[in-house]
Amino acid sequence: MKSEPHVSIRTYALVFLALLVLTGLTTAIAFLDLGGSINTMVALAIAVCKALLVILYFMHVRYSDKLTWVFAAAGFFWLLILIGGTMDDVLTRPQLPPSTASVPAQDYPR
Amino acid sequence: MSKVEPFQAHHFDDVEQQHEASWLGMWVFLATEVMFFGGMFAGYFVYRHWYLQAFAAASNHLDVLLGGINTAVLICSSFTVALAVHSAETDRRKPLIAFLLLTIVLGLAFLGIKFYEYHTKFEEHLVPGSSFSFEASLARPAEIFFSFYFAMTGMHALHMIIGIGLMTALIFQARRGRFSSFYYTPVELTGLYWHFVDIVWIFLFPLLYLLGRHL
Amino acid sequence: MNVSEVERREHYLNVNYGIRSWLLTTDHKRIAWLYLLSVTLFFFIGGFFATLIRLELLTPQGDLVQAETYNKLFTMHGVTMIFFFLIPSIPAVLGNFLVPMMIGARDLAFPRLNLASWYIFILGGAFTVMAAAAGGVDTGWTFYTPYSSIYSNTHVVLTVVGIFVTGFSSILTGLNFIVTIHKMRAPGMTWFRLPLFIWAHYATSIIFVLGTPVIAITLVLVALERIFRLGIFDPALGGDPVLFQHLFWFYSHPAVYIMVLPAMGVVSELIACFSRKRVFGYSVVAFASLGIAVIGFLVWGHHMFVSGQSVHAGMIFSLLSFLVAIPSAIKVFNWTATLYKGSISYDAPMLYALGFIGLFTIGGLTGLFLATLGIDVHVHDTYFVIAHFHYIMVGGSVMGYLGGIHFWWPKMTGRRYPEGWARLAALIIFIGFNLTFFPQFVLGYIGMPRRYHVYPPEFQVLNVMSTAGASILAVGYLLPLTYLIWSLRYGTVAGRNPWGARGLEWETPSPPPTENFERTPIVTEGAYAYEKAPEEISTLGRPAHV
Repeated sequence: MKSEPHVSIRTYALVFLALLVLTGLTTAIAFLDLGGSINTMVALAIAVCKALLVILYFMHVRYSDKLTWVFAAAGFFWLLILIGGTMDDVLTRPQLPPSTASVPAQDYPR
Repeated sequence: MSKVEPFQAHHFDDVEQQHEASWLGMWVFLATEVMFFGGMFAGYFVYRHWYLQAFAAASNHLDVLLGGINTAVLICSSFTVALAVHSAETDRRKPLIAFLLLTIVLGLAFLGIKFYEYHTKFEEHLVPGSSFSFEASLARPAEIFFSFYFAMTGMHALHMIIGIGLMTALIFQARRGRFSSFYYTPVELTGLYWHFVDIVWIFLFPLLYLLGRHL
Repeated sequence: MNVSEVERREHYLNVNYGIRSWLLTTDHKRIAWLYLLSVTLFFFIGGFFATLIRLELLTPQGDLVQAETYNKLFTMHGVTMIFFFLIPSIPAVLGNFLVPMMIGARDLAFPRLNLASWYIFILGGAFTVMAAAAGGVDTGWTFYTPYSSIYSNTHVVLTVVGIFVTGFSSILTGLNFIVTIHKMRAPGMTWFRLPLFIWAHYATSIIFVLGTPVIAITLVLVALERIFRLGIFDPALGGDPVLFQHLFWFYSHPAVYIMVLPAMGVVSELIACFSRKRVFGYSVVAFASLGIAVIGFLVWGHHMFVSGQSVHAGMIFSLLSFLVAIPSAIKVFNWTATLYKGSISYDAPMLYALGFIGLFTIGGLTGLFLATLGIDVHVHDTYFVIAHFHYIMVGGSVMGYLGGIHFWWPKMTGRRYPEGWARLAALIIFIGFNLTFFPQFVLGYIGMPRRYHVYPPEFQVLNVMSTAGASILAVGYLLPLTYLIWSLRYGTVAGRNPWGARGLEWETPSPPPTENFERTPIVTEGAYAYEKAPEEISTLGRPAHV
């Protein structure tokens, strides 16, 4: 990041307002039943938009060099590998999740 | 070879190289933080998949109003810290200090609300451990939900406390005239850190507070 | 050059004296020495635990130690060797010393952070040593839950805190290397002129930075579960112990590439120098390093084939594990091609490099056996696995480390070590190593489980062979400890480039001045230009503005 243009206060203010609007939006949508996992996907999509606004504008990545983009993206990409690999196992296991039915809580040594 | 500035370390060729190195270093550090929090997100997704009903029921015991207010508070604090960096960039010391102070105040407000929430959870017997109590058929996975709730928001709160500490130090340094438009790297990097902490909350809020509201 | 000339010239070792000048140094070369002393100490501590293990396994009965004690021995052996020796060794010692020099910089990007890394390392080590002194941990270095998070009555929290803290040392070292390599290369030092040692350390640093935080948070969760009874991995609550294994191995598999990639970087340098040839297929080797780092993050489930992980996931991880062997194999082919028609000399560093190639190949091939689902069902948790990873970590990484220490010793100290003794030690280590670990492949295949202190009598012969080998190996390791220290006082004084090698580090005096170079080098040549005379490619004597 060398001499990048100053991000104007106006830009910051617009991003700020957008973030507040999206927060309200995600909260409101949460109360509507959109069926199945749509709610989750919408919530995550909105969260990703908010995160992108913060990263690109507040954190200046939009005005930074490629190297910054690469490292900014790398963390999230690697996290997807962790979540993806783990969920692949979880989603393809044939049996029920670990059973809790048989052992009453008070009998289990803690 | 440019003249050596007073704040330039000896092993760098010029301030530009030093600034680029510091900026890159901070982004590398933030990548490590993504992976650090990420481990908990991975565990969260696994259990949410298996115990959706219990997770939703547990989530509905969280106060969505307080969570929403906190989200707004953090977003405001990201705005103020961005304005602080902007002030440093444009050589305006008083606004720099003012915006840093405002960010700290907002951060403390967030923490205050958070600890109030923890307190109510304690009173409602929703803290994992021997006093945990929940609707019988969902109790055990609900306890897992609250384990993640406390671990994730607790780690997030710890990072906020560190951020507030950093900004306090910045205020002292700013008052002594350490920063100018030629050199404000510590302000810039602290701003990056604070925005990252905001991003973590941007994901925590819907995943912890909103997942069961439609059920 | 006589001794008094060396002693009169100022360099990084004599520029100031006293404990404060060492404990508060920001010179990457002095920090490398701080690490060298620390990791050597931990190596012998880990070796002590190994000695007790091998002594117990001389007989089929459990007659030296009790079962609980044995559990602590193999746990402490693993924890010490992995986290406090293997992971830091080459990067924190040779990497710290050489990365700035090889790229023509005066220091790493963040020298104070570098010193902080060392202190963090020592703090983590102190916690772990305290845990050992207080009675140790018996969970295995893998800390599987729920035993580690609920049932073990040993000092789990203290140990995981030690590992957590030390992890930050790794992260900061990796961060420092990445930024340094991106931003502080000398004029003309383009990416594809970098020595392969640098590519290897860059790839390693990616793993440091993206992998270590995951084990950090995982250990935090285990500690929280023990202290606050948070129910994350507790099966009684519906928690999943396999989740712990996913989180644990997501780091701990790439960790093995942290342990081997730097050694591969060393081997590239050694093979080139002692064949007097460019490394065959330079860019392929460079990309292979990156490939190993990236693909290495995709294979962690191969440690979990029999854990309850789905067969679907098992198949994917198995396939990817086959894939990750390819860049490693490419490197072995390229080193071999470098040797072909080279002008080979058998100095001690070369003996270690050649040993690496052979032993790493065996370790790598047996890894393919383990990556095969059907075979793994049979040999998982047996001595076959133990033999496999010791071939890579000891036959590979430790030999790479020793080769590197010997190769750069004259540069670091200004002294040469006694070559005869060094070759003898390399030979003893090679023989001792194979006698220790080859029988373990057979033991595993015929059914001896790992982490058991007792075994059926028919396994005794192979166990005795293994222990005998270990004693030879111990002698082999004590030799360099002795003659390297001896050489500090009595070794022949070394010049700038005793090996006639190529590389910026060889253009500066031995030992180097604090700022590394008398003048910033201007690089016009790629690495390993062995076909040219040193004067043709020297970066010294060029005007700074050219």
